[in-house]
Amino acid sequence: MTELTNRERMSIPRQAMPAQEAEARRTNFDEVALGFTMELVQQEADRCLQCKRPHCVDGCPVGVLIPQFIAALREGDMEGAVRAMKEKNNLPAICGRVCPQESQCEVKCVLAKKGEPVAIGRLERFVGDYELAQRTCPLERGEPTGKRVAVVGSGPAGLTCAVDVGREGHEVVIFESLHAPGGVLVYGIPEFRLPKGVVQAEIDYAVECLGIEMRLDAVIGSLYTLNELLDQENGAGFDAIFLGTGAGLPSFMRIPGINYNGVVSANEFLTRVNLMKGYLFPEYDTPVKVGDRVAVVGAGNVAMDAARCSLRLQALRQREGAEVHIVYRRSAAEVPARAEEVHHAEEEGIIFDFLTNPIEIYGDENGNVCGMRCIRMELGEPDDSGRRRPIPIEGSEFDMDVDMVVMALGTSPNPLVFKDAGGLERFKWGTVIADEETGRTTKPRVWAGGDVVTGAATVISAMGAGKRAADDINAFLREGIDPWA
Amino acid sequence: MYKILHKKVLSDVNKLMVVSAPDVARKAQAGQFVIVRIDEQGERIPLTIADYDREAGTITIIFQEVGKSTMHMGMLNPGDEFATFTGPLGHETEVENYGTVVCVGGGVGIAPIYPIARALKEAGNRVLSIIGARSKELLFWEDRMRAVSDELVVCTDDGSYGRKALVTEPLKEMLEEHRGEITRVWAIGPAIMMKFVALTTEPFEVPTIVSLNTIMIDGTGMCGGCRVKLKEGAKFVCADGPEFDAHQVDWDLLLARQRYYLDEEKRAVEQWEHKCRLEAQG
Ligand SMILES: Cc1cc2nc3c(=O)[nH]c(=O)nc-3n(C[C@H](O)[C@H](O)[C@H](O)COP(=O)(O)OP(=O)(O)OC[C@H]3O[C@@H](n4cnc5c(N)ncnc54)[C@H](O)[C@@H]3O)c2cc1C
Ligand SMILES: Cc1cc2nc3c(=O)[nH]c(=O)nc-3n(C[C@H](O)[C@H](O)[C@H](O)COP(=O)(O)OP(=O)(O)OC[C@H]3O[C@@H](n4cnc5c(N)ncnc54)[C@H](O)[C@@H]3O)c2cc1C
Ligand code: SF4
Ligand code: SF4
Ligand code: FES
Repeated sequence: MTELTNRERMSIPRQAMPAQEAEARRTNFDEVALGFTMELVQQEADRCLQCKRPHCVDGCPVGVLIPQFIAALREGDMEGAVRAMKEKNNLPAICGRVCPQESQCEVKCVLAKKGEPVAIGRLERFVGDYELAQRTCPLERGEPTGKRVAVVGSGPAGLTCAVDVGREGHEVVIFESLHAPGGVLVYGIPEFRLPKGVVQAEIDYAVECLGIEMRLDAVIGSLYTLNELLDQENGAGFDAIFLGTGAGLPSFMRIPGINYNGVVSANEFLTRVNLMKGYLFPEYDTPVKVGDRVAVVGAGNVAMDAARCSLRLQALRQREGAEVHIVYRRSAAEVPARAEEVHHAEEEGIIFDFLTNPIEIYGDENGNVCGMRCIRMELGEPDDSGRRRPIPIEGSEFDMDVDMVVMALGTSPNPLVFKDAGGLERFKWGTVIADEETGRTTKPRVWAGGDVVTGAATVISAMGAGKRAADDINAFLREGIDPWA
Repeated sequence: MYKILHKKVLSDVNKLMVVSAPDVARKAQAGQFVIVRIDEQGERIPLTIADYDREAGTITIIFQEVGKSTMHMGMLNPGDEFATFTGPLGHETEVENYGTVVCVGGGVGIAPIYPIARALKEAGNRVLSIIGARSKELLFWEDRMRAVSDELVVCTDDGSYGRKALVTEPLKEMLEEHRGEITRVWAIGPAIMMKFVALTTEPFEVPTIVSLNTIMIDGTGMCGGCRVKLKEGAKFVCADGPEFDAHQVDWDLLLARQRYYLDEEKRAVEQWEHKCRLEAQG
């Protein structure tokens, strides 16, 4: 085979992801994006120019060795691709599916300037799926060191930290309050975007290789407090703690009618659907209701997921003429969700009501939602976040005919874990104060990372934080120098 | 997995189980609850910690069979295991010496009121108790309640045992008889009972504490499904409670929320009974 020239590489079009048709997929919870075939992988990998200074890598929060893994794919060297991937990323089957690639690695790809970037995420997913099936290069655990690390929370931040600390040979125990590990990956992100089997397989693989102990149903702050975990005499005697408890506390709007039946947080709705498998009721015991006219307030990933789950439940239950609206107070340009999800949501028939804000929810005599009053908005000057601030247009109030309202407004850290955790300082909005480079908190021997530090962010940024904290914990345990002393 | 060590049938629909959960037992306090799940398909159901034994590492739960999950639980036996048994959750009961207090337990609410009455007694309070149920078969723990109370009134709705009355009748009489002496009332039972207890004590201006049994999922403050409207604003029962000032609660909204999944609950029971019948036929 002769080497392709750069010109030839650039003339290959970006390969489309095979996906379920919109009409079919809105009636099931199966995965939407079906994954590349080996042939598509080769075509797509051939597009990469193998840049000497690969800007794509700068865009990745964990610095995945992108040109290296793509080069291996091109050669058909799957094991090499896996090895290159695992240098930096232990959960490729997950990241390849849910990373906002278009604003991270792919936006920096040189090809993006002239046309379409290399589909890095889709290639990454292929490598991840291959490895889950083949297990060609299992993680290896270092010599046991006798040191013990407690990881609180089993979301992407906690898992990544656990893996990198476990590789060093330290004993790792993960404490997770729910009955399944994975954090938002299992309770929030729906099956059709990230199959729970993939999450479980990624976690099992890492945990088994490294002998990590996974303690489910373990609510820290209650079962053990942080001080008890650290207590060497009477407590559990851990040498270090990583706090990766996420930002799971939902917020509700402060408007009249917010407590009627049928106003739910996206967390409640998604937990019923995903973690509890409510869409399979009554095979599974947890029921989940869906309205005929659902309004989802917000336009982040959480809102898209809630809207698309609503749509599927309506279809499964054959609700003729049912509708799902996304109600967002800014305009299309400010939508924070992943581009692919917005695109999929539109294809599936979600209705977007931009520049619209709820001001009151109406209830009937049984306390059930029967309507929502909204006001139209316009965009003013940019605010602190740099986005143009929405301002209500006086006199533009109108009523929406809805029977269910899902609040997807953002979340903050759950305070449960901070009980008996003296010395651990937080900002007034609830997030933990931690050093960005090392993850060190203000409390000795406690590190933190992920959403609990940043507020709701992304899977890969949580993983990045888990990784940096693991490096610092490893250094601390190896050298025994106390950075708090 | 959490093994059931012991089971006692308290009545047709009320069952007691002692479950092995050493970590939970280590920390459990009166007023707190656990979340249990039977198996992979199971829902997460909140149950009050009726008793605990730190040495033996066990938690006692008492439940009433009201729907599919509790009916299924009622069929489990010693040796069977729960897939999930998380806790202790919620805040513990604040117990001090308040002087004279009243403890009211209705139906399965007798189970959670017992450790509270016991703790109040131990703290030096004069404990007046009232327990009630629809009928005689549904009553239990009369002896236990008697042992920790200075006075105990037992009543049934149908008069099949004790006094024929709703718990609010003797409560009102006590409040009148000991006007000014009674400084606090605790009430646990069906929401409708707690609502009427709140209405009974309100004119006497006696602080009244209830333990709310809303629908829950995670039980850790993550979903907001358990929220209750108080005069001061909404609270999450699992994380902020489960005990609240009864005079603050918007009872009608609470009752409406409890009814929200009625259709689904009915379907689940029908499906379950159908399955049980098929299995019985072999
Ligand atoms: C619906 C939804 C869709 C999303 N979609 C995307 C997407 O497409 N792409 C993307 O990059 N990001 C997405 N995100 C954001 C992303 O999922 C989060 O930023 C990421 O999961 C944060 O990881 P984490 O490890 O910090 O926390 P989490 O994933 O929240 O995990 C925290 C874990 O800690 C546990 N925990 C909490 N308190 C305790 C305690 N006291 N004791 C023990 N355990 C505790 C929790 O149960 C949970 O399992 C989405 C988020 C949501 C909610
Ligand atoms: C903090 C807390 C502590 C609890 N402690 C206990 C306990 O110790 N023992 C116990 O038996 N239950 C307790 N409950 C209630 C228990 O969780 C529910 O009874 C159970 O979830 C019902 O599940 P199910 O599937 O069997 O019935 P479902 O099908 O969910 O409910 C069937 C019907 O019963 C009604 N119902 C449910 N619970 C009650 C109730 N307690 N009183 C009257 N009507 C009810 C429902 O509104 C519904 O109409 C507690 C609840 C909370 C939130
Ligand atoms: S981890 Fe995410 S950002 Fe990094 S290369 Fe993979 S898809 Fe891109
Ligand atoms: S920037 Fe694009 S073309 Fe260059 S190495 Fe990265 S993926 Fe390949
Ligand atoms: S049960 Fe979810 S917040 Fe209380």
